[in-house]
Amino acid sequence: MSILLKDVNYVYSPDTVYQKHALKDVNLVINDGEFIGIIGHTGSGKSTLVQHLNGLMKATSGDIIFNGQDINAPKYSQVELRQQIGLVFQYPEHQLFEVSVYKDVAFGPKNQKLSEDEIKIRVKEALETVGLDESYYEKSPFELSGGQKRRVAIAGVLAMKPKILILDEPTAGLDPQGRDDILEQIAKLHKEQGITIILVSHSMEDIAKYVGRIIVMNKGGVSYDGIPSEVFQYYKELENMGLSAPKVTYLMNALKEKGYDVSTEVTTVEEAIEELLKILK
Amino acid sequence: MEIIKAQNLVYEYYSQDEVDGADSPFRAIDGVDLSIEKGGFIAILGHNGSGKSTLAKHLNALLTPTSGSLFVKGYDTTKEENIWNVRQVAGMVFQNPDNQIIASIIEEDVAFGPENLGVPTEEIKIRIKESLEAVGMTEYRKHSPNKLSGGQKQRIAIAGVLAMKPECIVLDEPTAMLDPIGRKEVLKTVKRLNKDEGMTVIMITHYMEEVIDADIIFVMNHGKIVMQGTPKEIFSQVDKLKELRLDVPQVTEIAHELKKKNIDIPDGILTIDEFVEAFSKLK
Repeated sequence: MSILLKDVNYVYSPDTVYQKHALKDVNLVINDGEFIGIIGHTGSGKSTLVQHLNGLMKATSGDIIFNGQDINAPKYSQVELRQQIGLVFQYPEHQLFEVSVYKDVAFGPKNQKLSEDEIKIRVKEALETVGLDESYYEKSPFELSGGQKRRVAIAGVLAMKPKILILDEPTAGLDPQGRDDILEQIAKLHKEQGITIILVSHSMEDIAKYVGRIIVMNKGGVSYDGIPSEVFQYYKELENMGLSAPKVTYLMNALKEKGYDVSTEVTTVEEAIEELLKILK
Repeated sequence: MEIIKAQNLVYEYYSQDEVDGADSPFRAIDGVDLSIEKGGFIAILGHNGSGKSTLAKHLNALLTPTSGSLFVKGYDTTKEENIWNVRQVAGMVFQNPDNQIIASIIEEDVAFGPENLGVPTEEIKIRIKESLEAVGMTEYRKHSPNKLSGGQKQRIAIAGVLAMKPECIVLDEPTAMLDPIGRKEVLKTVKRLNKDEGMTVIMITHYMEEVIDADIIFVMNHGKIVMQGTPKEIFSQVDKLKELRLDVPQVTEIAHELKKKNIDIPDGILTIDEFVEAFSKLK
């Protein structure tokens, strides 16, 4: 189920004054079962990139190979592609429209022409995964809290049983607890069902806590690609790209400068505590 | 001098009851007493649905109290004739920059507020210049807002409020949709306005790091103010904040966890410098 991107370029409004080279020679391999974080400033090409992965945007040049097949080949089924690669947009709760939570989540599987029984199972599983029980089924999505609405929207994508789930800033505007709840559920999906996760986020702390690999986008190209402890070593370069490192990484660097023998590869609170206890012993 | 004073402020709204179809009132703000001094940097924290935004909308009379009172610079917001005075005193910036920019040229967007107030053209020109300078966006005055980053758009929204010469600016999650540099830019702008120009700032956010320099933090839960104090006082109560679905800055959390492991480090550490200093005293 890997995705392979070969020299992918995308140009907006070519041959006009508005021309913009939004993706530049992007080469990537996304392996089965990875948990990937994509970071980059506004306009760096993150959203353009993820929209290429499920065929919403077509590369101006280059190839995107999913499961060994070119997704932009004329005969390739876009319907099937979108079923396998689910994309949760920013503020997905704006896309809720049905009269009940159940119907909203059932919308995707219904369009897949699944049987009523199968739809029922899918809806139940998807809502369970995001932590909403049967008491929510008949509620209107519009009377839920912001965090709950967002979970319904995510369940709607999960009900299609994607192999790869892409989430574009799923926690923007949520309170700290709501943010943790959603990210924990996504981590669980990854762990228990082996779904490949691609998480776009502006929170370096969240990225550090959850992902196994970070892809840094800058000016339409991939600037860094590696594990969090490696990528956040380049915090000065990241700052020049409008990004930053998690606060703990700065703390460890400050302690190191003061002469303490601590690792600057620390990117999470848990790692920092462990590291500090080591030198206090 | 007090610029905002609320006494037993209550706000209720009606939503359709799902069971019997009857209307039942929902109390979004439940007896809030609030006193904000002119020139302060005030932060309001609280989980989604705690009543923060509803309270913020009262500060410039987008909503008015169901009962109790709210005075903005002495103007009673429940009195219809005071609305424009209230809005002149307290300007508001919202979460989504794209919903707040209306003109196709930046200086025209900034001019929109003062034009509606009937400010003379010559004076508007001065205000545009000053407002854009205050947010560091002067070089973009003739540009279209389309090509700006999120942080730049938010600064334009702030400039639009400044052009109305308010004494108080209320920001409702102004950084929620921004990337790290955008958050930094907006925060720097807001702090500068507070410090150098004496603007009263009331900021709502879910990013705990953004409010460590506030003078006072109010924490809301179920429509009530449940905690109130300096950042040090508030963030010393890590467990209580987590119960309220909130968080503390990472540095504060690390110190708190070390303390739990019997390391003798003080509560309420907020910055890297404070941490390094406290840590160096340990051995």
